[in-house]
Amino acid sequence: MNGYFHDLYRGSKSLLSGMLVTLKAIFQPTVTVQYPREKIEVTPNIRGHLTMVLDPETHTHRCIVCNRCAKECPSSCIDLSGVKEEGVKGRVLSRYVYNYTSCSLCGNCVDVCPTKAIEFSCEYELASFSKEDFIFDLLKEVKKSQ
Amino acid sequence: MENLCGTMVRIISYAVIMIIFGFANAIIMGYLERKLAARIQRRPGPMEVGPHGIYQLFVDGIKIIGKQLIVPRDVDGVLFRIAPLLAFAPVVLPFIVIPFSQKLQARDFNLGLLFIVTIASINVLTIVIAGWASNNKYSLFGAMRSVAQNISFEVPVLISILCIALMTRTYSMQGIVEAQGTVWFILIQPVAFIIYFIAGLAETNRNPFDLPEAESELTAGFHTEYSGFGFSLFVIAEYANMFLVCSIATVLFLGGWHGIPLPFFEYTGAVWFLAKVYILMVIMVWIRWTFPRVRFDQLLNFSWKYLIPFSLVNLLLTAICIKLFPLLKEMI
Repeated sequence: MNGYFHDLYRGSKSLLSGMLVTLKAIFQPTVTVQYPREKIEVTPNIRGHLTMVLDPETHTHRCIVCNRCAKECPSSCIDLSGVKEEGVKGRVLSRYVYNYTSCSLCGNCVDVCPTKAIEFSCEYELASFSKEDFIFDLLKEVKKSQ
Repeated sequence: MENLCGTMVRIISYAVIMIIFGFANAIIMGYLERKLAARIQRRPGPMEVGPHGIYQLFVDGIKIIGKQLIVPRDVDGVLFRIAPLLAFAPVVLPFIVIPFSQKLQARDFNLGLLFIVTIASINVLTIVIAGWASNNKYSLFGAMRSVAQNISFEVPVLISILCIALMTRTYSMQGIVEAQGTVWFILIQPVAFIIYFIAGLAETNRNPFDLPEAESELTAGFHTEYSGFGFSLFVIAEYANMFLVCSIATVLFLGGWHGIPLPFFEYTGAVWFLAKVYILMVIMVWIRWTFPRVRFDQLLNFSWKYLIPFSLVNLLLTAICIKLFPLLKEMI
């Protein structure tokens, strides 16, 4: 009998304060977004698939075909080759195929690149019905954006 | 003969209107509940079908009608099939005596309140039938919990109703509403109102007293085995039951159809009545999305240790006051 009214008082008080919390939540703005129509800006640190950096001065890629990225890649998902062109020092990139399906996004290729020619993109909406859509030809993309 | 035809037409039209009303109420409350739950959890809720998702419940209804009604092999075939229908029938009947406005009432019995209480308790029986016929341990557990819960919470409901009946000296719903012309009974009997409302939450198996369906413990309680329209009849019945409990609370404590007079008040009083009922139902939804489910012993303790003693004391005080006031008046 001792704590009977005390329990009643404390119980009703805590119930009412709980209801106050939810009442306040009703009038606060929503925190979720309606995804396909609204999007949250992603952080620039996201590790998406590889892309080639476009040099702002030359308006082309910076790759010197040193092959270090392909050698460093633990899952060998980078395949590149270059050709010798007259009047140009070194080789010129002729093919850069990147297989996203086996990439583990470790970032070794980005770290090892001496000219900072490749980086992670911020693209995250990658859905497709065919596997081939995830084998990117990066050189073609560079030419498209030029 | 002509008289009989007229009566038949009246009964059938009443039944059709009430069944439509039951379904409409489920759609409105389903939408309100999902929206309010979403707002409390700071989500937008249904937004896809129609502006702010207002057609979502119609689409859900069409989907549920299209579903197959699965009857598992080992259930009691007859009982399993009639249980959802039985759940729906007793919630349509009590609407006969609910006074929506001064004239919008099918029948005004002089025992209207008792009629409602009697019919509404059939609801427990249907839950037991559904749970038993399902031949599933979860369903049976849900049904047994429902019985224990309803028996222990029926007592405070009846006692708090009795307080009002003592004051008005009538069981007629219309009579009780008319007695509140000057002051609503919630101001005279606040304790009875709170007790009635809490016990009403338990009667309708709503959170925090939703032990019969406790999702996390019993999957879905008594309607675990039901699919398609059988399941949705239970849900519609639950919402209709909520409407019933809230409309009794409105009649007994919140002055029924009394309010600011509108043109043709004999009929438009229904606006005030429905507004009060839906405010109470929104409060029920608000409570549901605030509190966690109680444990079973807590549920029974709450009823027998708090609600019943308080309602008994309240009844005693009411009776003493009713006896004393005329005497005091005579002395003065």
